[in-house]
Amino acid sequence: MLRYFLKRLLSLALSLVAASVVIFLALEVVPGDPAAYMLGLNAQEDTLNALREQLGLNGTILERYLSWAGGLLTGDFGISYTYRTPVSEMIGDRLWVSLPLALYALTLSTLIAFPAGIWAASRRGSYVDTGVMGATQLGVAIPNFWFAMLMVLVFAINLRWFSAGGFAGWEAGFLAGMKSLTLPAIALALPQASILTRVMRSSLLDTLSEDFIRTARAKGLTRAQAMWRHALRNALIPVLTIMGLQFSFLLAGAIIIENVFYLPGLGRLVFQAISARDLIVVESVVMLLVFAVIVVNFAVDLAYALVDPRLRRRR
Amino acid sequence: MSLLFYNRSFLPGIILTTVFAAAALISLVWVPYDTTILNIAEKLKPPNLAHPLGTDQFGRDILSMIMVGARTSIAVALVAVGIGMIAGVPLGLAAAARKGGLLDEVIMRMNDLVFAFPSLLIAVMITAVFGASALNAIIAIGIFNIPVFARLTRGAALTLWNREYILAARVAGKGQARISVEHILPNVANLLIVQGTIQFSLGILAEAGLSYVGLGAQPPTASWGRMLADSQTMISFAPHLALFPGLAILLTVLGLNLLGDGLRDLLDPKLRRART
Repeated sequence: MLRYFLKRLLSLALSLVAASVVIFLALEVVPGDPAAYMLGLNAQEDTLNALREQLGLNGTILERYLSWAGGLLTGDFGISYTYRTPVSEMIGDRLWVSLPLALYALTLSTLIAFPAGIWAASRRGSYVDTGVMGATQLGVAIPNFWFAMLMVLVFAINLRWFSAGGFAGWEAGFLAGMKSLTLPAIALALPQASILTRVMRSSLLDTLSEDFIRTARAKGLTRAQAMWRHALRNALIPVLTIMGLQFSFLLAGAIIIENVFYLPGLGRLVFQAISARDLIVVESVVMLLVFAVIVVNFAVDLAYALVDPRLRRRR
Repeated sequence: MSLLFYNRSFLPGIILTTVFAAAALISLVWVPYDTTILNIAEKLKPPNLAHPLGTDQFGRDILSMIMVGARTSIAVALVAVGIGMIAGVPLGLAAAARKGGLLDEVIMRMNDLVFAFPSLLIAVMITAVFGASALNAIIAIGIFNIPVFARLTRGAALTLWNREYILAARVAGKGQARISVEHILPNVANLLIVQGTIQFSLGILAEAGLSYVGLGAQPPTASWGRMLADSQTMISFAPHLALFPGLAILLTVLGLNLLGDGLRDLLDPKLRRART
């Protein structure tokens, strides 16, 4: 187990380094000198140099990369080119919207997908199964930002149950904050819940056809007992994998959904930064999201090994 | 052939896909109204006889805009799938041919790396540096497709390399590259077609999302995602503006997914035998 863990940890570190190099090259080296862009065409060489010094742009590419990466490790993301405030502060505020939104959506998606998938699998071939599978076809095909707009039309504009957008802020209380995130989270969760339902169903059906289930039935367990006691736990591995992958789609998808609801999250920050050409903010947000994706998938890999001892031995 | 028409996914899938492909093709030569001409007198009309899907805030015909938008969606998604296949399939074949070797390791690690960047993030990075355009949307979605096809091809090819007919080909003196192209590729083609349909539908969704947030096709190119973005502020008094482009995306994606499911059932002989 320790060997497996160390091996995975090494590959985690390598992935993070590789990803940071790609992001650094794409957003700091390719676009050219931000100091020249900020000061315009007629800037004096000494002012340019002073600004470069202030922004930490002097030195070779390797030195700049190391100082940027070193900063990331200590939580120092640099200074925003346009606002001249630390990027970490800007991201910190926004993270308190985006992260709860993604987790809220993941929770909803799991709460929908588990019962729906189990229900469909336990009534395979029935109208329930057909109905659930048909619903998931629609759920996968619907663009979530469009679904979000329709929900705004129905639940905010017509029924007035929710506000059409904006964020109440956590200062207004936990429930008020969650209420502003509810429609966005539903929109974000819908396609993921559909995918997860299908994975849950097919994984459960696969497991139900295994020999040990037949043995369990032969011992006298009913189909339902065999499913709850033996099949479910074994069916969870593919479900976990997909949940790990979905986390990255939820974080990235949040960028679009935040736009529908005018939520002050990382997504809005990225688009503002793009239009202001504040590349260091874009760079930091992208790095943060990629970091989250890589770490979550690492955690899922470890979770497997805990759930399924066979995986540990095979490697 | 009759099998095709008994499959409950294939038939609706091919019908929906054909309808939207036809709409895109017809729009090249004819649309009900020119979408580049503004007609303020006719603005924000709900669906009526002259404009079956109504008009937008500039008096442009929604049906015509959806037909032209289909072109953008299909072109972007199709090219993005093409990029994914052209780069991904040879990488997957090469990785499988040298399983466990350095090449395999490098290709798979690069795949893992790309998987950490959802296509939206790639688009954000490209746009931040080069600006927004349909081309950048294609590149972003295309790059994300590469590891999808590389993994699929490698996985399928690995099981084929153990087959006896491959051994026979090796005994006959064929090299790894030649075996990959002559024997492995034709046998993974079915899988690639099915996955291609699915990535195509994902590409349409991704293009719509990117144009919706302004990272995709720019005006005056018509695009479903941007039609939705434009409609958002008018949704309370002109909901038809938001309804029809969204339905177009939904039905196209649904059609492609059903087509993919249907093709998988039909192309997989094991499933077919079980069915009949």
